[in-house]
Amino acid sequence: MENLEALRDEALNAISEAGDLKTLEQLRVDYLGKKGHLTQLLKGLGKLDPEERPAAGQRINEAKERVQEAIGTRRERLEAAALDEQLAAESVDVTLPGRGREAGGLHAVTRTLRRIEEIFGGAGYRVEEGPEIEDDHHNFEALNIPAHHPARAMHDTFYFDPGTLLRTHTSPVQIRTMENGEPPFRMICPGRVYRCDSDLTHTPMFHQVEGLLVDRRASFADLKSTIEAFLRAFFERDLAVRFRPSYFPFTEPSAEVDIEWGREADGSTKWLEVMGCGVVHPRVFENCGVDPEAWSGFAFGLGVERLAMLRYGVQDLRVFFENDLRFLRQFR
Amino acid sequence: MKFSEQWLRTWVNPRMDSNELVEAITMAGLEVDDVDPVAGDFQGVIVGEVVWVGQHPGADKLSLCRVSDGDITQDVVCGAPNVRIGLKAPFARVGGFLSDGQRIERAQVRGAESNGMLCSEAELDLSEDGEGLMELPEDAPTGADLREYLALDDRSLDVDLTPNRSDCLSIRGIARDLGALASQTFEDLEPEAVTPVHSEIPSIRVDAPQACPRYVGRIIRQVDTSAQTPVWMRERLRRSGIRSIDAVVDVTNYVMLEVGQPMHAFDRARVRGGIVVRMATPGETLQLLDGQTLELGTDNLVIADHQRPLALAGIMGGEESGVNEQTQDILLESAFFDPVMLAGKARGHGLHTDSSHRFERGVDWELQRAATERATALLLDIVGGEAGEVIEIASTEHLPASTSVHLRQARVAEVLGMTIDRTTIEEILSRLGLRIVHLHKDGWEVAVPSFRFDITLEVDLIEEIGRIYGYNRLPVTEPEGRITIAAGPESVRPLSRVQDHLVALDYQEAITYSFVDPKLQQRIDPEAAPIELANPISSDMAVMRTSLWPGLLQTLSHNEKRQQNRVRLFETGLRFRREAGDIEQESMLAGLITGPSTPENWVNESRNVDFYDAKGDLESLAAMLGKTLVFESAQHPALHPGQSARISADGQVLGWLGTLHPQLQKMLDLHGRVCLYELSLEPVLNGYVPHFKAFSKFPEVRRDLAILIGEETGWAAVETVARKAAGDALTGLRVFDVYQGEHIEKGQKSVALSLYWQHPERTLGDEEVQGLFDTVTQALQNELGAQLRS
Repeated sequence: MENLEALRDEALNAISEAGDLKTLEQLRVDYLGKKGHLTQLLKGLGKLDPEERPAAGQRINEAKERVQEAIGTRRERLEAAALDEQLAAESVDVTLPGRGREAGGLHAVTRTLRRIEEIFGGAGYRVEEGPEIEDDHHNFEALNIPAHHPARAMHDTFYFDPGTLLRTHTSPVQIRTMENGEPPFRMICPGRVYRCDSDLTHTPMFHQVEGLLVDRRASFADLKSTIEAFLRAFFERDLAVRFRPSYFPFTEPSAEVDIEWGREADGSTKWLEVMGCGVVHPRVFENCGVDPEAWSGFAFGLGVERLAMLRYGVQDLRVFFENDLRFLRQFR
Repeated sequence: MKFSEQWLRTWVNPRMDSNELVEAITMAGLEVDDVDPVAGDFQGVIVGEVVWVGQHPGADKLSLCRVSDGDITQDVVCGAPNVRIGLKAPFARVGGFLSDGQRIERAQVRGAESNGMLCSEAELDLSEDGEGLMELPEDAPTGADLREYLALDDRSLDVDLTPNRSDCLSIRGIARDLGALASQTFEDLEPEAVTPVHSEIPSIRVDAPQACPRYVGRIIRQVDTSAQTPVWMRERLRRSGIRSIDAVVDVTNYVMLEVGQPMHAFDRARVRGGIVVRMATPGETLQLLDGQTLELGTDNLVIADHQRPLALAGIMGGEESGVNEQTQDILLESAFFDPVMLAGKARGHGLHTDSSHRFERGVDWELQRAATERATALLLDIVGGEAGEVIEIASTEHLPASTSVHLRQARVAEVLGMTIDRTTIEEILSRLGLRIVHLHKDGWEVAVPSFRFDITLEVDLIEEIGRIYGYNRLPVTEPEGRITIAAGPESVRPLSRVQDHLVALDYQEAITYSFVDPKLQQRIDPEAAPIELANPISSDMAVMRTSLWPGLLQTLSHNEKRQQNRVRLFETGLRFRREAGDIEQESMLAGLITGPSTPENWVNESRNVDFYDAKGDLESLAAMLGKTLVFESAQHPALHPGQSARISADGQVLGWLGTLHPQLQKMLDLHGRVCLYELSLEPVLNGYVPHFKAFSKFPEVRRDLAILIGEETGWAAVETVARKAAGDALTGLRVFDVYQGEHIEKGQKSVALSLYWQHPERTLGDEEVQGLFDTVTQALQNELGAQLRS
């Protein structure tokens, strides 16, 4: 049995020097396999005296365990090294761009419209839409703009024939919705509108959002809070808002809304007109079959490009419809 | 409406500086667009008197003058043609400045000494007129500072009036509002009647009383048309943007600005017989004051004499009957024309005058006699003469009726959102000239004056109260209302899902004009009947789009010209077609791709997009929406005949997909292959509410199959036959290879497909699967002549 220690040390030595998993496995077979050296020693116990056997057996088993343990430890180490090697071989340049996926983007007008819809949607306003080729009734008559009304001159209208035109505002959608429904109403009407006008600050097509609230009691004071809250939400600024008397045939009282937008060199406030609004004119209610004594309401309208220009610092209205990718890509 | 601030302040002069006044009227709804000084910022300019003029020895066009400044006379060189002895003109003294900053210095002009400069209106920024010296009146005090003499420390205010406030197309109207705003007394002009001194009365007949409910005329005899308009009137006119013509015309313009009544003066001698106010007869012509000759129609109201039209009523006078140097007697006209009758008439002849602007918006219908008296008094002062009797022809039946409006105090509070006390309301109304004629239990009965015919309803009065009280003094309260739930159907997906999906697929959204070039559209969509605009803004925006493709192709062209070679665009919006006489407005989605399939990249091979890229995008969109799109080969005039497909779903045709026809591509000068699609949005967005189906827990089996088939046989045919033969347990069928070329006989192609089976209730055995597989193979063989590839 004196060679047990030698055998064990020889095995431990070999294990610690094993350079790869294959060698290690061979060592396991050589020492611990069915025919392995240490296994053989156990098999040779039968030749010993019966009283010597337990002690000898114990020593052999102890040696086997030492070897087994050494193999395990060594295996873990070799496996870890192999993994490290594999990982090292698989490393990539993470700073290279990925495989050619890009994203497009929404048009600045759509982006702005969505924001407006979200703000009013949160207050219970539903989005309503309508035709762009309109009839005179919905675009003018029902909105208290009879033929020959001087206000028609304010709308440079595109006509197809005397009774058919491109809508000059999205207010006809309010008329259609009121004609076909019952109050109360809370709606916004986004969409394309058309005016026969084209210069630095006008494009023959642009987008409007018109809003309408009809309820039992809706006053000019309510309108003021709605407009102020909207503008402050939209611009995310506590900006000053003022209401300037104006005239629209479909609202009364009517106002134009100015926001404080920067200051002049002399410290005076610079006001910018951004919206129009007012209390719904009783004739409009009557034209839509809504009792103006029982219901009241307010309406407002804004130019989407105008707000987008202020919000995003766009200087030229016309770029919205040139669709130059260098413009479009700035809005996602 | 442009006017002088000084003039306004002669009516109502509140304790406000100029900026405050501008702010006050702007915030009352009379928006001041422009504020301009009435003269340049010159200094050291006095009234000079030319006492001697001689020829400059060294220059033909120059004169040597001696100019008096009241104390001494100095030598001045002058180049103006109208310089003459006795002329009084602005004289910029040495040491003074002109409005452009030029300093006046003693100078040698071609060898002659010049001590100062005689000025034109342009040099003082008084007008554009730089032709000659500004001629000051003979009685101008020599030596007086010009700024003080002409009261030039004044500003011209330009008010952008809303169409309802025609009463403010006059100083009188603006002053009334200002008085209400500043709580200052406003005194209306009430001219005294001028006593007639002769008995000649004009013969006036109104044949069109509906169009002309009131016509007032007066003859003034023996006027001196050579008389000069006084400088104060000329200045007020100039500051209001009106050029001085002659004294008579200046007075009529002045009265128009002052009280809002457009007037006209005829040369009495050139009115044959008397005045007839009538509709024109067909074929009649009239030469206007501006020289042009109009052909009149039966809808034109004219002021005629017994032989021919003299003036286009309310718009412009005629050349032949106007006042000139020979005129001795004038016939003054002050009329009320019906706004509806006059609407659009001036524009119909390409005209827009101060008179038509006012009559179209409406003039105070009780003003005509007072305006006549006012003009008469001014004329007698300036051109002298003898006034006759005022003749008034009025048709009460056609004049607007005097009205009153019931105003409820509670309603004021409801509309404005706050209670305004009775005293305040009453004061506002009264300052605006709105007389309370009766007290009701709940409010007032308010008489509407003729100058505020825009007021017909209670809410009109409420607006006046809010406006004068101040919108910005009204409270800010949050709306109250019932909370109602009104959700749309779940099966209808919002447009935003489509937009967002395409954005994720690397598309950029475009928004193009709804009107397009008819020629381009004709090439792209020749079969659709476009809807033409009657008044397009330009010939390349003359018809409504019948497809979104023209706009996207133009956008592509715009970007390709700016070095963008990879373009992927989509647009949603209406297209417009005439279908069986009706206008159809259909919501569409269109997409366009061109250039490399992916951005240039270190790992991908470079490849340009083709039909299947566009189709893949559409299929991805359809998959997202749970839609099955069916594509069938069909011809479209804009598309490559071999690469175009009609798209349908649920048996309904939705649109088109294809590669742009190479000829169109060439015509549009586009760089490379363009693939595009367009389909109706509504059916695409219209989906379903999912209904859960239990899925099989048994394994799925896959079998692959490669066949040889005629190249003309489409995949759709293979798929249909295979699906039909594969039985109910088929769960999937995919094509994974299509090959033509080497080892494949010409005219044939190899198609490889995989079939997936899964039974809901049991595991499919090998034999059973083999049986299904054989059935499929057999069917392909029998129905399509396919050969199984080994």
